[in-house]
Amino acid sequence: MKFGVIRFPGSCDEVDAQLAAARVGEAVLLWHADLDLQGVDAVIVPGGFSYGDYLRVGAIARFAPIMGPVTEFAREGGLVLGICNGFQVLCEAGLLPGALLPNVGLRFVCRQVGVEVLDAETSFTRACGAGDVLSIPVKHTTGRYHPPPGFDPALAVLRYAPGENPNGSEHDIAGVRNEEGNVLGLMPHPEHAVDERTGSADGLALFASMALTYPYPSAVGGHGYA
Amino acid sequence: MHETGTLPGVDEAVALGLTREEYALVVEKLGRPPNEVELAMFSLLWSEHCAYKHSKKLLRTLPTDGAHVVMGPGENAGAVDVGGGLACAFKVESHNHPSAVEPFQGAATGVGGILRDIFALGARPIAVLDSLRFGEPEASGRSRYLLDRAVAGIGHYGNSVGVPTVGGEVGFEGPYEHNCLVNAMALGVAPRERLIRSAAAGAGNVVVLFGAATGRDGIGGASVLASAELGEGDEEKRPTVQVGDPFAGKLLLECSLELLERGLLVALQDLGAAGLTSSASEMASKGGVGIDLDVARVPLRESGMEPFEIMVSESQERMLCVVEPDRVDEALAVCARWELHGTAIGAVTDSGRMRIFAGDELVGDVPVAALVDECPLYDLAPARPSRPLYPAPAATLAPGAGVEEALLALLRAPNLASRRALFEQYDCLVQSRTVRRPEDADSAVLALPDGSALAVTIDGDGRRVAADPYRGTIEAVLEGAANLACVGAEPLGLTNNLNFGNPEKPHVAWQLTEAVRGLGDACRALGVPVTGGNVSLYNEAVAGPIYPTPVVGMVGRLPDLAHAGVAGFAREGDLVALVGWDAAPALAAGELSKLRGEPLPGGLPGVDLERVVATLAAVRDAVRAGALSSCHDVARGGFLVAVAEACLAGGVGAELDLGAPMSASGGRARAPDDPWTHLFGERPGGFVVSGERAALDELGARTPLDVFGTVGGGALELAVGGVRAAWSLDALRDAHAALAALFP
Repeated sequence: MKFGVIRFPGSCDEVDAQLAAARVGEAVLLWHADLDLQGVDAVIVPGGFSYGDYLRVGAIARFAPIMGPVTEFAREGGLVLGICNGFQVLCEAGLLPGALLPNVGLRFVCRQVGVEVLDAETSFTRACGAGDVLSIPVKHTTGRYHPPPGFDPALAVLRYAPGENPNGSEHDIAGVRNEEGNVLGLMPHPEHAVDERTGSADGLALFASMALTYPYPSAVGGHGYA
Repeated sequence: MHETGTLPGVDEAVALGLTREEYALVVEKLGRPPNEVELAMFSLLWSEHCAYKHSKKLLRTLPTDGAHVVMGPGENAGAVDVGGGLACAFKVESHNHPSAVEPFQGAATGVGGILRDIFALGARPIAVLDSLRFGEPEASGRSRYLLDRAVAGIGHYGNSVGVPTVGGEVGFEGPYEHNCLVNAMALGVAPRERLIRSAAAGAGNVVVLFGAATGRDGIGGASVLASAELGEGDEEKRPTVQVGDPFAGKLLLECSLELLERGLLVALQDLGAAGLTSSASEMASKGGVGIDLDVARVPLRESGMEPFEIMVSESQERMLCVVEPDRVDEALAVCARWELHGTAIGAVTDSGRMRIFAGDELVGDVPVAALVDECPLYDLAPARPSRPLYPAPAATLAPGAGVEEALLALLRAPNLASRRALFEQYDCLVQSRTVRRPEDADSAVLALPDGSALAVTIDGDGRRVAADPYRGTIEAVLEGAANLACVGAEPLGLTNNLNFGNPEKPHVAWQLTEAVRGLGDACRALGVPVTGGNVSLYNEAVAGPIYPTPVVGMVGRLPDLAHAGVAGFAREGDLVALVGWDAAPALAAGELSKLRGEPLPGGLPGVDLERVVATLAAVRDAVRAGALSSCHDVARGGFLVAVAEACLAGGVGAELDLGAPMSASGGRARAPDDPWTHLFGERPGGFVVSGERAALDELGARTPLDVFGTVGGGALELAVGGVRAAWSLDALRDAHAALAALFP
């Protein structure tokens, strides 16, 4: 299992995501200006402030050269995980439904929260049990999830535990997938929750789930695996 | 030299902050009057901010040597060996006056500036801490505004560059109303052999400027803003405040580290106060060389900038480096990859002179030594004030209040209330090495690759220093060491920021002299070297000087991160003990005394440094051994506040009986004569610990220790000298959350 973590100008959590993924597989960094996904089996769009979050969060990063092949990879069924800024980028890129709005408090908030697994059947949560509450930190200013009209509630994979919604997300949504189930975006940072000594190891389950998904069905060909 | 127009004279020099005598000295050193470019350069490098002309002689008395020191004062930051082949670079700096004028950008660029100091050494920044002072938030809308915007500015920069803000402190006192303090500390780590110095070397080597373009922002920041008192019309000084771009800062950080990793640099220096002038001349001075610069090659943000403006601009996110000629192309390619300007703007020479060109035209030519090393240093004329300098604070606690109300009032007090509403605005996690977060423990703890950890803390209490500059400063150092001991760390080095008023006034000179004497004595007693720091003077406004505020940042190491201590009670049934005090504390100059509206006393009780150092070692060893369930030092507010904080941090109550102390070590128990003094008095060297009987007995054999109660239940219950009181955890929590109301 080979993960590729994108490094945009202004990414902050790409190395943490790489180290987290490396606990369950191989992990490399992908440069934003490249067009080569280096044969990875899954792409992680990491947290941070890509392009300084100027204009609008994620709005510039979606036009980065690497996002062309990432979009193609996702359309072909490749696993793509967007964390925080990565979630925002994937929404801007149209790979995930909805949008992220400024927190109701209008302030940056860094806090350990409970994240409930609503759907444990996805490629990102199959190492979890439905109803599990994972202790994972959030840290963002723009994390209030706003679903599009006619949003299918089944796409909400993760939600904040009761009373722990840090940003005013509708229906307490913390993470959503696309209809095909191969793209997931979430505001909490599982890469910062992979070691009890730094607070929690609950986030590891997401990376482990992705590794369990490998190897893919043959429908997802052409990316270095048979 | 080609000259056009008339030369500036002494009046222009005075307007730029030089004295008439200093101007005459400049003329003497040049052998002619300086032109506009040269005068601008001298006015900045001979400012208090750059030349430390009122403090340098005092700073020379501080101990700077130690077994762990890798780099001492004089480099961009100090550095200590932390084992495993790694060095830790760290430093604190102030951005007080910019923050008083424009708090968001002032605080943000304060963080940006201290981060550049760290990666200028080749170390990757791994943590930021901050130390803030404002006026009373309840009484002053301006103080609430400054607090809100300064916190937002710190978060804006630190969060965006991916460096965790792991700790800090904030204090609220009337004398900071018109002159807030914003001090930022950063630390970074690097393989020891990769640290790089800033000395330029090798005539013929190329000087490369990289980072953001240069604009007119921050012109005169060091001389106009940082080296004079605040006063009316400071809004007009906003153009002297720099504007930060953390995105550019992040690129600059990564680019600098990549340049070093590829071995492309001879020397590296950041551009801070006084911009290109200061960076280039200090690099030249340290290397004993000269530098030629061509301002026409500097990428500009706006057209029509004069050579002097380019030389003194404090535009943020820029670095200067020296590169061997055959490596320049590769270095510039790295800059381009990070989408930064990278431009060869000059060369190292053996002339010993700073020569400034605008294209072919020589527009400035001064000896490096005159600029950097020959600013006159002044002796202070200290005099102990004959009258109190500061008015008594307004009373906020009713005279008849009992123990129950007093504890709640203390927990609610701005100086003691939980900082959660502030620190939740900071990313304390990025880089995934934060083992102890804010409020987990008395110090932040950061994991190192070999399973050991760094601990870091920043401390200072201006009110106690105002009462007694010598002993108050000793207490600040001991507080830092105590915070390290609580997590099991021994101090490796210390950085300090001396925030004082106008040193030309005898009473401020006395405060400064006494404080530096206390700092030196405390460091020698602890065996901790001062590896760097910063001095911020002229912190006063119309109403008078700030409380003298030495801020101490301390870095320590603990061998096993699995045994990093926590502050909160952790296990029902553990015994609660007070460790370290062999004499009663005093209420005067403490937080309760402030709430009662009492004036400052004319001194603090003496401290037996040797005893405190022995207690610190005993506590540290117990924590390292994993013998204690919790450890929290007794600081502001005294013993009962420390116990309440341990209850809140652990989410569990405690039952205390101070009337009948049970001695763990036998025979040392004392019944308190005055419960108020015992409960709320303050003095250094005390700890509230919890654990099992055997562990406390062992600790009690090395240092005074009295068992006063047990951990458990959902309330803090107290019996002392016939008084009984109880607080539910919810009541304590509500009081402690008082600051949250300021951040709706």
